[in-house]
Amino acid sequence: MSHDTTFTAPPAEAPARPRQVGASPRRNEDRRLLTGEALFVDDVHLDGMLHAAFVRSDYAHGMLKSVDLSAAREHPGVIAAYDAHDLGDYWEPGPLLVPPPPIEQLEFHTATQVPLARDKVRHVGEPIAVIVARSPYEAEDAAALVEVDIEPLEAVSDLEGGLEPAAPRIHEHLESNLAAHVIQRKGAYEEARERAHRVIKRRFWYDHGASAPMENRGVVANWDARSRELTVWDTTQAPIPIRNGLAAMLGLPQSEVRVIAPFIGGGFGPKIMMFYPEEVLLPWISMRLGRPVKWIEDRQESFFATTQERGQDHEAEIAVDEEGRILGVRDEFLTDTGAYNPYGLTISINTQCTLLGPYRVPNYHSEFRMVFTNKPIVTPVRGAGRQHGVFVMERLLDRAADELGIDRVEIRRRNYLTPEEFPHDHEIIYQDFAPLVYDSGNYAEAMDRAVEMIDYAGFESGVQAAARAEGRHVGLGIVSYVEGTGVGPYEGARVGIEPGGRINLVTGVGTQGQGHFTSFAQIVAEQLGVGADDVEVVTGDTARFGWGTGTFASRGAVVAGNACHAAALEVRQKVLALASSVLGAAEEDLDLADGLVRVVGSGESISLGELAARANPLRGAVTPGTEPGLEATAYFGPERGVTASGVHAMILEVDPETAMIRILRYVVVHDCGRVINPMIVEGQIHGGVAHGIGNAFYEELVFDEGAQLQNASFMDYLLPTATDVPTIETAHVETPSPLNPLGVKGVGEAGAIPVGALFAQAIEDALDIDGFEIRDIPLSPNRLFELIRDAREEG
Amino acid sequence: MGETLTIRLTVNGKTYDRSVEPRLLLSDFLRHDLHLTGTHVGCEHGVCGACTVLVNGESVRSCLMFAVQADGTEVSTVEGLATPADGSGIPHPEDADLHPIQAAFREAHGLQCGFCTPGILMTLVPFLEENRDPDEEQIREALSGHLCRCTGYQNIVKAVRLAAERVRP
Repeated sequence: MSHDTTFTAPPAEAPARPRQVGASPRRNEDRRLLTGEALFVDDVHLDGMLHAAFVRSDYAHGMLKSVDLSAAREHPGVIAAYDAHDLGDYWEPGPLLVPPPPIEQLEFHTATQVPLARDKVRHVGEPIAVIVARSPYEAEDAAALVEVDIEPLEAVSDLEGGLEPAAPRIHEHLESNLAAHVIQRKGAYEEARERAHRVIKRRFWYDHGASAPMENRGVVANWDARSRELTVWDTTQAPIPIRNGLAAMLGLPQSEVRVIAPFIGGGFGPKIMMFYPEEVLLPWISMRLGRPVKWIEDRQESFFATTQERGQDHEAEIAVDEEGRILGVRDEFLTDTGAYNPYGLTISINTQCTLLGPYRVPNYHSEFRMVFTNKPIVTPVRGAGRQHGVFVMERLLDRAADELGIDRVEIRRRNYLTPEEFPHDHEIIYQDFAPLVYDSGNYAEAMDRAVEMIDYAGFESGVQAAARAEGRHVGLGIVSYVEGTGVGPYEGARVGIEPGGRINLVTGVGTQGQGHFTSFAQIVAEQLGVGADDVEVVTGDTARFGWGTGTFASRGAVVAGNACHAAALEVRQKVLALASSVLGAAEEDLDLADGLVRVVGSGESISLGELAARANPLRGAVTPGTEPGLEATAYFGPERGVTASGVHAMILEVDPETAMIRILRYVVVHDCGRVINPMIVEGQIHGGVAHGIGNAFYEELVFDEGAQLQNASFMDYLLPTATDVPTIETAHVETPSPLNPLGVKGVGEAGAIPVGALFAQAIEDALDIDGFEIRDIPLSPNRLFELIRDAREEG
Repeated sequence: MGETLTIRLTVNGKTYDRSVEPRLLLSDFLRHDLHLTGTHVGCEHGVCGACTVLVNGESVRSCLMFAVQADGTEVSTVEGLATPADGSGIPHPEDADLHPIQAAFREAHGLQCGFCTPGILMTLVPFLEENRDPDEEQIREALSGHLCRCTGYQNIVKAVRLAAERVRP
């Protein structure tokens, strides 16, 4: 099913038998999902289960004077109602999930979210009380009876305004609304500027919106006092850290807490925020009441109660020589963290680092101020600040190309790092605390492929000219990006062969649709000579595997994938050693295929299941120094992340009267190292591009001056539909990473990253109005209409 | 619980008699009263389409309908699409037990997280019955009442074409 796709790299060696890695088998998880059997959190039903509903703040900023739960407690069906004061010692602000990396002279101030607001509310949707009732309907009825008295305060909704000395202060323990001030430098930008042929300066605004997975968040908690086990089903991307945190908070041993992330209906980042108030409260309620309790977020709630990503205000300049070579870049930006900053600097450091892109930038000054506002909490959403940086750099290069009269593809080619320049040290610190060092890449080759696929050379005189002759406005965009992926610290996996031949693979990461049940199975199948559908995969259940961090930063395939590979290699070794003694043949004469170990040339064989049975004898003795069974657990921890990259190209048509757009072609050339499953990789790219199209042209969280969200529904916050997203043509360049045995790089977020920059360039090209520049994302038909009108009036 | 009404309806061929509150949504009734949790709820305001089921053969959003409105109807959900399992617990290796649309979704990678999928399938069942040979524009139009955040829709379109080829007489 990959006729839209071409590969440029040949396979590393001629395979002796059908390879599993690199193939696209049907996914192992699909049957359960297609028949309605798959278990999602809201599908959990337990006897005696209660339901929780939250009372949330209607104000963005205010003093919480009183909470009266008495009417709610009287309501039929209500079992309990709690506000912050009822939590006693359990009330505590959440952990600072990501402390700041070791950057010199960094200023960082933290304030983290609380389980229920006490004394003050700091964003709309902040939870104030929780009602527990027999049914969700009764819980919501009673929530409406809670009387909350809030004395409103002036809200901070604007970044510049938030830093004014007279701005209302959001956190009393801090001196201002400044959450962080960070400077990273490489070389000497000011000196480079002196030498420059041109210095081009612009101000940009890049906003990024909601993650909007189709499944909202939810938690089911069940404390069973007799078995002494707290079981929590949670829509989390990180079940193991949730288990560890809950055990600590509740004073339970980790062995008595089991967190299950079952099938999750999309994550895209915010499902790894830790800890959400609901995650902290549901287990506590279950232990207090001795009954199972469920909470399922509704869609409107998710616009306030689930974290989101938002805007950055950049003042940036690029210094170039006469040939368009980059001498240096200076960027200063303001970034919005919302009411709290549990995720530290992650998004902004991503922006700072990813701005450098695939380019050689000898001098760089990047400085940002992170600002607390009275808006929902900001944590990473697919791309996680990278699109902001890519937008700034690509826009600056477009302007430099214009001013110097250099072709936009050519100016990028002149600045690409070449394959000989790897590893390339950018001399600044990345979000994983490691130096920003690119491992490998082949940027010019990706650009060449994209240029060829979109027919860049023939576009202006061909498609564009023909359209112009008909009075139509068709433009082409072509941009580059990189993505630091697959960061540490580590993941683990356990592979085992059961007597009877079943192969089990268990890993700790959660899965939200990435196809882990298949791609991880392929990695193991490759080593054990079976099919991917012979490997049964379990993910995201702490009772099955208790070590690991989670699914984020496009790291599943890289970090957990390599752990699966390492565990499979160990089991393969055990299989070979045992088969060698059973069959009386040397290990090098053995071949694993079709679930059998065969002696090459002799036809003698034994099945994996039979070997597994022999590895677990009922009589005799297991030799000292060996272990029973054909099982192994292994871990993989990369020293630093790996750098994926790509080029996106697009042809679109703009109607200058209505400002509506139509995408005519969309091309992605992507390099995520060695591809485990092309079908899944392409699917990830398609979804990323769709998310990026939403970010570029449809989706915007619109807040008023009081920091009230104006469009908290799918009627008003527009996700792209099947009529908005075009067919995406993909091609892969494979530059294997030297930093992991599989040679893979991450792909989950990549598709979403360069789309804003691409839209801006393509729309400018289509309209060809003097002085017309796009400096803001998201656009919309309205916004584009205004920009066109303004440019024409000025022109 | 407030006042209740008694309803009788058929879901996937099985008849149910239940007492329900008038305000109970059909989606909640299917999921939480009948435990047919294959029908998913994504927005509860009729935009995302995840909760789509068939009522008397027509696609409807079960979050926009009360259970009492389904009194006397025949409802079909995703659980009713595949041929019932033979009890062996062993799935058919070629997916022959699946509805052709389900099998095509698997073959064309038309799903990722799978949360929106049941609703999309329930729109496509009547769509493909009425459109034996749909073109891409018709398919995209049919899908435009559904939101999917994972796939970018491309492989869903591919799956629909594949299914159309398979079911065409």
